[in-house]
Amino acid sequence: MPVNIKQLAQEFEKKEIGITQGHRLCPGCGAPITVKFVLMIAKHLGYEPIVGLATGCLEVSTTVFPYTAWSVPYIHNAFENVAATMSGVETAYRALKAKGRIPEGKRYAFIAFAGDGGTYDIGLQALSGMLERGHKVLYVLYDNEGYMNTGNQRSGATPPGSDTTTAPVGKKLPGKIQLKKNIVEIVAAHENVYAATAALSEPLDFFAKVEKALNFEGPSFLAVFSPCVRFWRVNDDQTVEISKLAVETKYWPLYEVERGVYRVTRKPRQFRPVEEFVKAQGRFRRLLERPDAKEIVQELQEYVDRRWERLLALEEATKDKPIR
Amino acid sequence: MPEMVFLQGNEACALGAIKAGCRFFAAYPITPSTEIAEVMARELPKVGGVFLQMEDEIASASAVVGASLAGVKAMTATSGPGFSLMQEVIGYAVMTETPCVFVNVMRVGPSTGIPTKPSQGDIMQVRWGTHGDHAIIAIYPSTVEEVYRHIITAFNLSEEYRTPVIFLMDETLAHLRESFFLPRDEDIFVVERLKDSFLSEEEMFLPFSESEYAEPTPLPLVEMGRTRFHVSGLVHDESGFPFTSPDIAEKLIRRLVNKIRLHADEIALYEEYETEDAEILVVAYGIVARSALKAVKIARRDGIKVGLFKPITIWPVPASAFKRVAEKAHVIIIAEMNLGQYARELTFVLEDRKGKVIRTLNKVGGELITPEEILDVITETQVEI
Repeated sequence: MPVNIKQLAQEFEKKEIGITQGHRLCPGCGAPITVKFVLMIAKHLGYEPIVGLATGCLEVSTTVFPYTAWSVPYIHNAFENVAATMSGVETAYRALKAKGRIPEGKRYAFIAFAGDGGTYDIGLQALSGMLERGHKVLYVLYDNEGYMNTGNQRSGATPPGSDTTTAPVGKKLPGKIQLKKNIVEIVAAHENVYAATAALSEPLDFFAKVEKALNFEGPSFLAVFSPCVRFWRVNDDQTVEISKLAVETKYWPLYEVERGVYRVTRKPRQFRPVEEFVKAQGRFRRLLERPDAKEIVQELQEYVDRRWERLLALEEATKDKPIR
Repeated sequence: MPEMVFLQGNEACALGAIKAGCRFFAAYPITPSTEIAEVMARELPKVGGVFLQMEDEIASASAVVGASLAGVKAMTATSGPGFSLMQEVIGYAVMTETPCVFVNVMRVGPSTGIPTKPSQGDIMQVRWGTHGDHAIIAIYPSTVEEVYRHIITAFNLSEEYRTPVIFLMDETLAHLRESFFLPRDEDIFVVERLKDSFLSEEEMFLPFSESEYAEPTPLPLVEMGRTRFHVSGLVHDESGFPFTSPDIAEKLIRRLVNKIRLHADEIALYEEYETEDAEILVVAYGIVARSALKAVKIARRDGIKVGLFKPITIWPVPASAFKRVAEKAHVIIIAEMNLGQYARELTFVLEDRKGKVIRTLNKVGGELITPEEILDVITETQVEI
């Protein structure tokens, strides 16, 4: 059932959404908006959120001693193991519930938040383990396409041509040369999972997916496109605008995979060239100064086009054919 | 004229490593060591080297071992949490006698601790972090110039003894900028990896046998190529093939330890200041040694007979040198930014204390030990004597 926006607005006004103001994230950062959206829906649906964090900007900036921005139970372990830690929390909960030690009517939502470093790279093994064992945890990835907490190093999520300190755009190399990992496909390759992408520019789509994920009987995964104003070199009022561009240029297609069934949730009537997405961000500025910029952007265009076609084909092919 | 440079500790570490012949660097971003990776990413391609950013620290350490076995001098850099993840591979490098350098820029621990503040809490982890009996070499500079000079030493020792070498740095030193004269090329000694032409055509290279020249010096590692390698973390014979025979295991593990233990005096690097007639001896290493030096200088001005002993190779402990300078001292003050990890070791080294008083000065909150704090202990001690 779609979320009632009016009720949601009332919820938001109460300001008891689990994360408070006063944290130290940059103005315009996508991560706290993501957290707010997710917790808001969870509370709205009557869940009590239990939050786990991987090391990253979100963790560091919301828990600056002696303050915390979290008003829900919170656990941070290390960089690589939020999925494993939450697996433990969720299992303990089930054990307690079986013994009758959880009060009737209590509904908990176990939510892990992690950046792309903690998900695509160092945390991938723990994530896969959590999905395979089937823990009922919602894993939310805020994907800002790099290690921004340590000052902009490339990650498995960094797109080609983006300027980072460990894959700098120079005379020889055009920055990172590899494509971004397709994390949703990796997650969706596990049995009985719900995986989806979301963007901050499409809140209704975002809310619907959080709801679906929380009510899903099994592990769920939400990949949120989360602009980093600092290292994408964009203004702090452009977060939504860049997200919108990402969706409209097919750079960040909005879709979901539920037990192997693909559904593209937003199909823009008109697409814009990926070049517009690239040109809007300072992280590609040095790439654009290179003589081969056109070819690299063209390659990216072809890639997003092919991926889009493939998504539509998968949607068609998997219709009514869930894995189980 | 030698070239004058103005470098940060992390930069000096990266540039010194390149000077030492490091041509492979794999790492994962972590505060406060990230700048080493950033400089390597920029500088290594210019000299035909390779920079790889890996998916985590286990992978970084593994790639370094792989690269070194393939014949290239290799290094990684990390900090506490990453160093913890690397322990398994450090043990593997010990067992497979693979030369490689692990830089650990220490921050406050345990766990995530305080990523941006200094600590000397990893001293014992460096020694015993990986499981099983083993020996280790660890170098710990205290100035940016020493970082540059001794990262080269670290590579040399790792090649000579065919062992992983841990290079420790303080968060403060990693981010401190200092000017110094770069050593001239002719003043830099670099141990090169032997080419396989060193072997005759028929010769079977046994990478894990003892050298016939001076036992138990290990044979230098030969570049991969013509010779066949069998590398495994299992207990192995001199060809590298796994064996579980107690005799072979006993011999191997003893050799791995002895090749470093019996050469401790040759490996030892340390500095001493005014120790000749010192009744009070201050022992400090890393960044704390600089506060200690200042404290000792002030105390000397006040006529207190105090000296400083600064170990640079903290593992193996420069035991002979320490025992010599400690001989005359009545009181030994050990200042360190942990709760007495090295003090315990030094007390053990001393064997017979002969009535000497050992005082410790410890700080673990993420702040440096100041010269004043050390001076206070010196003055108090002086009154007691």
